[in-house]
Amino acid sequence: MSTLFLALIITMSQILLGLAMGCATYRIIRGPRSQDRVLGLDALYLAGMLLLLTYGIQTGRTLFFEAALVVALLGFAGTVALAKFLMRGEVIE
Amino acid sequence: MIQAPELPLWAAIIVGVFVLMGALITLIGALGLVRLGNFYERVHPPTLGMTLGTSFILIASITCFSVLQSRPVVHEVLIAIFITVTTPITLMLLARAALYRDRTEGTENIPKDIGGLDND
Repeated sequence: MSTLFLALIITMSQILLGLAMGCATYRIIRGPRSQDRVLGLDALYLAGMLLLLTYGIQTGRTLFFEAALVVALLGFAGTVALAKFLMRGEVIE
Repeated sequence: MIQAPELPLWAAIIVGVFVLMGALITLIGALGLVRLGNFYERVHPPTLGMTLGTSFILIASITCFSVLQSRPVVHEVLIAIFITVTTPITLMLLARAALYRDRTEGTENIPKDIGGLDND
């Protein structure tokens, strides 16, 4: 009983997180300027990381946790590089 | 793909409530990204929503794995610390970059320079 309840809740949360990724994708495609697109990319990878964490809860494996950590690290590096590019026109000066 | 770990009822309730709240708050943040008008309003909701949503889902994950493995599992704290540190940094860098771009192009309706605090 509690397992079925938890399965339904987790699936519902995954759908909600998928909708959040959809909103971020809308901002990436639509965004009037480059900074909006970078912001959408930031939200997109964060929501994807949360989706990975819910998959980890669902399957009970710690593999997804490591994937989520890598996504968070690389996403942050990417956003910082893009913000630096918007500011200066170069990433490494 | 409907499946879930075998948890006792109290742990299932805690995990379910925290996962659902985390997902809802993340969705609210993402909706703010779609709905709000200009960039300086839009930069806030993903930051706030994602940080709170991440912490809720991480609490659910810590509870789930601690109950499953019958010992305290706290490696999710790594992600929590990392997200809490990095999200404000991305917000400030992006807002600075956008402000710089808007000022060099002389766009109207941008935040004013208060007392020369930022000389970029």
